Amino acid sequence: MNKFVKQTLLATAVTAAMVSTASAKELVMVSWGGAYTASQQKAYHEPYMANNPGVTIINDDSGSGALAKLRAMKEAGNVTWDLIDMTGSAAMTACEEGLAEEIDHDKVLANAPDGTPASVDFGDLIISPCFVPQIVYSTTFGYRTDKVGSNPPTSINDVFDLEKYPGKRSLEKRAVNNMEWALLADGVPSDKVYDVLATDAGVKRAFAKLDTIKDSVVWWEKGAQTPQLLADGEIVMGSTYNGRLFSLIVEEKQPVAMMWDWQVFDLDGWIVPKGTKNKAEVMKYLKFATDTQRLADQSKYISYGPARASSAPLVGKHATLGIDMAPHMPTAPANSKNTLLYNIEFWADNTDDLNEKFYAWLAN
Amino acid sequence: MNSSVKHSNPSVMVTADGVPLMVSLSRAKRKAKIRALLLVTPLFLFILVTFFIPIASMLLRSVDNEVVEETLSRTVPILQGWDQTGDTIPDETVFVALHQDFVDGYREKTIGSPGRRLNYEKPGFSSLFRKTARKAEKFEPPYQAAFIKADKKWGDINYWRVLKRESGPSTDSYYMTALDYGYNDLGERVAKADDQSIYVDLFGRTFWISFVITSICLVLAFPISYLLSILPAKSSNLLMILVLLPFWTSLLVRTSAWIALLQQQGVINDMLVWAGFLGDDNRLAMIHNQAGTIIAMVHVLLPFMVLPLYSVMKTIPQSYMRAARSLGANPFTAFVRVYLPGTIPGIGAGSILVFIISIGYYITPALVGGQSGTLISNFIAYHLQSSLNWGLAAALGAILLFAVFALYILYDKIVGIDNMKLG
Repeated sequence: MNKFVKQTLLATAVTAAMVSTASAKELVMVSWGGAYTASQQKAYHEPYMANNPGVTIINDDSGSGALAKLRAMKEAGNVTWDLIDMTGSAAMTACEEGLAEEIDHDKVLANAPDGTPASVDFGDLIISPCFVPQIVYSTTFGYRTDKVGSNPPTSINDVFDLEKYPGKRSLEKRAVNNMEWALLADGVPSDKVYDVLATDAGVKRAFAKLDTIKDSVVWWEKGAQTPQLLADGEIVMGSTYNGRLFSLIVEEKQPVAMMWDWQVFDLDGWIVPKGTKNKAEVMKYLKFATDTQRLADQSKYISYGPARASSAPLVGKHATLGIDMAPHMPTAPANSKNTLLYNIEFWADNTDDLNEKFYAWLAN
Repeated sequence: MNSSVKHSNPSVMVTADGVPLMVSLSRAKRKAKIRALLLVTPLFLFILVTFFIPIASMLLRSVDNEVVEETLSRTVPILQGWDQTGDTIPDETVFVALHQDFVDGYREKTIGSPGRRLNYEKPGFSSLFRKTARKAEKFEPPYQAAFIKADKKWGDINYWRVLKRESGPSTDSYYMTALDYGYNDLGERVAKADDQSIYVDLFGRTFWISFVITSICLVLAFPISYLLSILPAKSSNLLMILVLLPFWTSLLVRTSAWIALLQQQGVINDMLVWAGFLGDDNRLAMIHNQAGTIIAMVHVLLPFMVLPLYSVMKTIPQSYMRAARSLGANPFTAFVRVYLPGTIPGIGAGSILVFIISIGYYITPALVGGQSGTLISNFIAYHLQSSLNWGLAAALGAILLFAVFALYILYDKIVGIDNMKLG
């Protein structure tokens, strides 16, 4: 990480010095920082810069507020970013608001090695004409192995079972995911979850279930909080992104294990902001960075599933630890017995309304 | 001056070069005024650009609603003729206009914005606009039937009522939401049910927590400042560095340090358990709640109370207290009647500083506040960064701004703003 920061600083300094010569192109790429940006640096940025000596890639870690900042940049008429990493739903909003370029996936992106066009290789994951999918990540649970004895939690019901697993648990401070988990734990079949949640009675039912553990929940807002709380022993179990738990368990060797039941799949990928000054170069980069091999390469550094079907068989070993990455992927058969797909359509309509109800519920 | 005016006619007082004295004087004064104005111009422009213009634009944004009218430019004028109190949806003429607006809006990629805007009023608009826009180009007349076939919400009169209500160039709906009011299906203003109201309670909580923080800061800072003001320079300088040290440390570092100290497996709880004051299974919850917010913010804001208090106390001669004592007052009376009144300007300045800063604080409560310790500013940040409902964020910010103004005026009436001293 430190080396990475140094490199970024160095790159910035070097490009600043070269601005006057204008021979070098710099691309500003916005992502989430931490291990995630580091994986992109290794798998995409460094090989691309090696192939294109005239290009310097600068990482900007403002991923979590990217949509708001992009909108402000557009209003100010000065877009300084070239490529942005966003969740699928944020990308859809950016596209709707005219903040992102529409992309002809088959024209811009590389085919799979066997010639399958990109639009087929990515398939349903192209949820918006502006979105280039990159990874499938999941929001799931981690628990302290030393606090559950010989009886580790195996189902979403255990999250809501204070008798079997006393102690605090952490959940994200928003309606998304928690409402679905509450309904699933309350016995709603997974294919009916969003139908139930669309009704007032269903919303009440979800809150009633969440009420049963409300006093034992630590609410998190940043993805790094649950791993920290688990490492400190503040909580018994908590939800967060699976990649964060992976580094906590495998890289930091904490006494923590995964509980994959009803993990929620979501997408993350690139959008090209409208108004970028380096559109041609960015498209060239996109073609390279989202080809089959590059997407598979990223999984050497972080346990998120590549978004291309053709990348899956290429997932190999961790770059430094040498362990097999396939069993750590959220898509691995053993981990994905019960999964829920984040319903983008439903949440596009209901996020504001349900979050408001959720915050009101929290406050009362 | 007056006397010269009286005698000015017919014999006007003139300077050596024959210009009337009055004219010459005002010329000289004007020059000085312009020079003074030029000196403050950079500051004035700076404040205008970085302070007044953003606030004005924020106030505008809290009522601005042009996006609907602009995007649905053909539909909105025709829709004004529709009677929303009846029980029929608009007729074909409205749908013809709507079709043209959708086809254009889809081509120009502008149709998503009004959908998202209206979705704040009624969930469902976002997908309604998005789905319809994709198909609109292929619609055949009659358009009413085509729209309803594409999405049956177009046949739901309640969506049309919201669309008409929010089709004007300005809206009060952000302020209504910020004050926990909403519209019912008929478009009447109603207070939101308890399980849906957030903001009024949050404003109350924000002011209450800020008041508690200010009071604790005052109680803690008073003795320290007194000590600083009476100690000899050498030792008081050392103490002053200790007071200022937190100022020089990053806010995030200080807040994270409090997390490490206060959490249930943290240093303080560990020590209490080790010393036997607490059992291992009932450790104190001192963070991720209101207590955490108050403790961490008192620590962060304490210097803002100490510094003005200290600078005022420094100017009160110690002989006053001795004089009061020698005139027969007991220590308590001497303190209350003689010393305390002298420190009022410092108390006022420190309290106003701490109170106003804590009202707008957001990083610390976000990190340590949990559910009971978050403040209104956290919601403003949420609406700015996550929900992208900038109108609501602006309305919440504007209400906060007016509330602070009101408190300021109240303070001026009770204590007097001239009676404030920052150093």
